[in-house]
Amino acid sequence: MTAGTGTLQRKVAIVGAAETDALGKLPHMSRLALNAQAARKALEDAGLSFRDVDGIFSSVADPNELSEYFGIVPRYVDGTSVGGCSYIIHVRHAVAAIAAGYCSVALIVHGESGRSWIDMDRPGNPASPTGQFEAPFGASGAPTLFSIPVLRHFHQYGTTKQQMSHVPAATREWALLNPKAIMHKAGPITPEDVMASRMVCYPFNLLDCCLVADGGGALVLVGADRARDCRRKPVYVLGTGEAAAHRQVGMMRDFTMSDSSTLSGRLAFAEAGLGPADIRHLMFYDAFSFTPMMFLEDLGYCGRGESGPFVAETRKDATGRTIYKTGPGGALPMNTNGGGLSYCHTGRYGMFALLEAVYQLRGEAGARQIPGLDVSLVHGPGRHFAAAGTLILANR
Amino acid sequence: MTGNPAPAAAYKGPLPRATPETQPFWDGAKAHKLMLPWCEDCGQAHFYPRALCPHCHSVRLAWRQASGRGKVHTFVINHKAARGFEDKVPYVIAVIELEEGPRMMSNLVMDETPTPENVHVEMPVAVVFDDVTPEVTLPKFRPVR
Repeated sequence: MTAGTGTLQRKVAIVGAAETDALGKLPHMSRLALNAQAARKALEDAGLSFRDVDGIFSSVADPNELSEYFGIVPRYVDGTSVGGCSYIIHVRHAVAAIAAGYCSVALIVHGESGRSWIDMDRPGNPASPTGQFEAPFGASGAPTLFSIPVLRHFHQYGTTKQQMSHVPAATREWALLNPKAIMHKAGPITPEDVMASRMVCYPFNLLDCCLVADGGGALVLVGADRARDCRRKPVYVLGTGEAAAHRQVGMMRDFTMSDSSTLSGRLAFAEAGLGPADIRHLMFYDAFSFTPMMFLEDLGYCGRGESGPFVAETRKDATGRTIYKTGPGGALPMNTNGGGLSYCHTGRYGMFALLEAVYQLRGEAGARQIPGLDVSLVHGPGRHFAAAGTLILANR
Repeated sequence: MTGNPAPAAAYKGPLPRATPETQPFWDGAKAHKLMLPWCEDCGQAHFYPRALCPHCHSVRLAWRQASGRGKVHTFVINHKAARGFEDKVPYVIAVIELEEGPRMMSNLVMDETPTPENVHVEMPVAVVFDDVTPEVTLPKFRPVR
């Protein structure tokens, strides 16, 4: 592959990856228990133990909560907490920390009791900018806040609900191929089903919205030299990006694009020495149907304002089945685990997008495996298009 | 809000708590004035109120009353009530672009039930003041015909 600008290219690899045993409604597990199970499974996957971990990266749980829970004293901690992309950013930070020698075994761990809400904080400081300038107007909760930019995009570019409804339909097709997906057995949906589902917050109907679940996941990263001796096929970090812009969605500079995603994506492509045309497997965090559409534009997979017609492109296969552009058999496989829309969404989904890229690059994705895949792009927003993280991963 | 003020004890929505740099905005709202901080160096208004100008980072700021006129920049029609908004669904949350430039989030006050047909991006609006409790007034916006 081409050389990029990054001196840290392929210096660090992901050698352990796992989800919790179950995803969904888990009222018997607390937030910290979910973190612990995910961490233990990822370390087992890597052939390492908690005693080997000397760097902890976490977001829903504080690194010091976890060092206490695990009974270890890591020499590097990172609690970057900027919403759902935090774990994507943690990978970037872990690459830098391992390259600098500040830690050698980085554990990035997510666990969230997003549905059962066991040991979770309620937001709501009334003196914060959000508490003063959003909450008093009945603007709280992801469906209400993530929907704010959408109608501006519709107005400016003529994007339609019918086009947007193709995203949940395409993503469901992937979930039908993933036994771990919460909607694995729920059957296919059409764009018309999406538009006919219950109205939540116009322009979002219920099927435009991600699932709400309990669960967790974790990754283990080591230096490339050490990775060659691990039991799993290493997944190398080729390029990374991150950025942060506003905090309140109402403060977006331009509601039709994310400044942080645009910058983060550009950094990752430059570091990897690759462009959009070189990467044909996308894990674009889908909190809502519209969310990945924004990233298709921000990261250059289509032009500004063109994501509506882009995602709505379909064809029929020989049996008459609809093939979506981003679904199985489509030209641009996206969110191949079934996404936040049909696989699992705990609140800070970024970890799950990462895990799917790792499974795909290891060739472990079963019925949904993309044949011959060698490079994957993971991108996610923090909060509501506020922060962003990007990773380009490769299996050689 | 004119016309149908709710009894103070009945209001269940989240209330803002002012900080020193936002106090004049909330005091202004209580007096039914939409106040904005203006930068005395670059001449631009900003929102939300900060202790420095986000455009040029000057700390020479002064409060002035805004016209109260603006346009709907983007909006949603929320059917899933936030806590305290159970009796208000469906309600419009809109980002209003004020005539002076800054944008702020607020609600649209409408006589009819909001629908995708009667609310539009770029719709002209004007401020109204909703005295939700004896202490707190929320600036909201009404479509201008």
